[in-house]
Amino acid sequence: MSVGTDDIVKSPLPLGGNALTRIWAMVLRYWYLTRSSGPRILELAYWPTVQMSIWGFIQTFLAQQSSYFAQALGVLLGAVMLWDVLLRGQLGLSITFFEEVWSRNLGHLMVSPLRPIELIAALMTTSLIKTLIGLVPTSFLAMWFFGFNIYGIGLALVAFFFNLILFGWGVGLIVSGLVLRYGQGAESLAWALTFALAPLCGVYYPVSVLPEFLQVFSYVLPPAYIFEGMRNIVVEHRLDMSLLIKASLLNVTLISGAAALFYRFLRSAEVRGTLLQIGE
Amino acid sequence: MDGLFLSLPFADDCAMIPLSDPVLHVDGLTKSFGPVAAVGGISFDARRGETVGLLGGNGAGKTTTLSMLLGLVRPTSGTIRILGAQMPRERHLALPHMNFESPYVDLPKRLTVRQNLEVYGRLYGVRQVRKRAEEIAEELELSDLLNRPAGMLSAGQKTRVGLAKALINRPQLLLLDEPTASLDPDTADWVRHYFEDYRKQHNATILLASHNMSEVERLCDNVLMMRQGLIVDRGAPGALIEKYGRASMEEVFLDVARGTGRWGELQEERGPEVQEQIAGEGLPL
Repeated sequence: MSVGTDDIVKSPLPLGGNALTRIWAMVLRYWYLTRSSGPRILELAYWPTVQMSIWGFIQTFLAQQSSYFAQALGVLLGAVMLWDVLLRGQLGLSITFFEEVWSRNLGHLMVSPLRPIELIAALMTTSLIKTLIGLVPTSFLAMWFFGFNIYGIGLALVAFFFNLILFGWGVGLIVSGLVLRYGQGAESLAWALTFALAPLCGVYYPVSVLPEFLQVFSYVLPPAYIFEGMRNIVVEHRLDMSLLIKASLLNVTLISGAAALFYRFLRSAEVRGTLLQIGE
Repeated sequence: MDGLFLSLPFADDCAMIPLSDPVLHVDGLTKSFGPVAAVGGISFDARRGETVGLLGGNGAGKTTTLSMLLGLVRPTSGTIRILGAQMPRERHLALPHMNFESPYVDLPKRLTVRQNLEVYGRLYGVRQVRKRAEEIAEELELSDLLNRPAGMLSAGQKTRVGLAKALINRPQLLLLDEPTASLDPDTADWVRHYFEDYRKQHNATILLASHNMSEVERLCDNVLMMRQGLIVDRGAPGALIEKYGRASMEEVFLDVARGTGRWGELQEERGPEVQEQIAGEGLPL
């Protein structure tokens, strides 16, 4: 058919999108979803508070029985709160991705201009927001109930926080990728995988108490260095920068590998034509 | 020379395509799932302002073809060019200017209609997205539903919301997968009327996969008949009806799907050489 220059007058809507506006659109989508349900918001702080309470009372009891815990006030509370950074960060990413699977919305997203890297950035941002909503109130409750001020760790807390959440995001991306590859049957890994790694991360005890063959695995896990560093600060009041550097380097490797794996599984879902079926 | 080109206003990219070029160009497209050839090598063009129907029975390869055009499925081989962009490599150039609607793909149920439109508007880079959401809602008679969660809508309302999402970026290429399935005749007629108006107003290109033959007759300039992953015939609905000596597209569809009537005779007349051509490129329009 012939086309005249009039068509230019009727040319499409002026569009002005870029990566940031698309990431913001997705963060907004997840925020709308979260705020649409009171229980969802409550749940963000519920489990961290329950965990903190249990370990706070255990620590109070142990402090009465042991000189180590009496001196190292907060070592267990610090551990459980930092562990929750990792866990909430991972769940915040995985569950947010699963929301797309459960609502069968992946098809719409994948045909929109949203790029996979932007989706990952939006998932991470949302996970960060959810983790902060869950943990900041818990940290103040820990001060109030047990006299433990996690902010007393100082600037190192920021480094600990980002290293742990980065590790959580890495695990979350791997789990999300596995769901893309193997379908919803892989969802249970979201809860299982992090807990399976917990004994090796030395959350509540030094890695040195593990059998030697397990210590090898521990030292490739960034959280093992972070929890070691946290105990150094709480017990010995010193910051070992080498632990932070090792954790950061391992995390950069992990997150790059996890993002590559997610991207590969996404491409594999495109090749197998399963993107529209995921969630059915 | 400017008049011969359509400028696509990307924020971070800019592409120019000659107006005379097809909006959609497909060449030798195949898709195999293991040993099964879902699409066996199809070629076609869709020009600006044209509505092309993709017809075929269940398993004919329509959905796989649409999915490949959208980038949801990677082709095994072949070329797809949309608005001059090579897919899937340059999909970021084409995707802001196309959109898709299917009653089989949901929008987030817990978000309100307004929130859904706002989110998708932002994803497509629509400026003044709230205003645009209200504008498209008014066009599709959804204004009263804007604050209702998408999961609480009737089938007809969901279809209209899906359509609003598909039109939020005023696409130049609109891909529709059975857009009026599960709609009552009145709503379906309204939706078809809307498509006709939209195409005229915006000179848009529509690719329509449908099982509703009266819809195809009414909306499509050209029809691609698919069977077993191949385009086995093509042409304007009126021309196909005449060619097959039938009274409607429904009867033509049945002939092709069952391999009976004029279709069977045509196959014999064509001989193996022409049949091979059909398999490779389809018949010329």
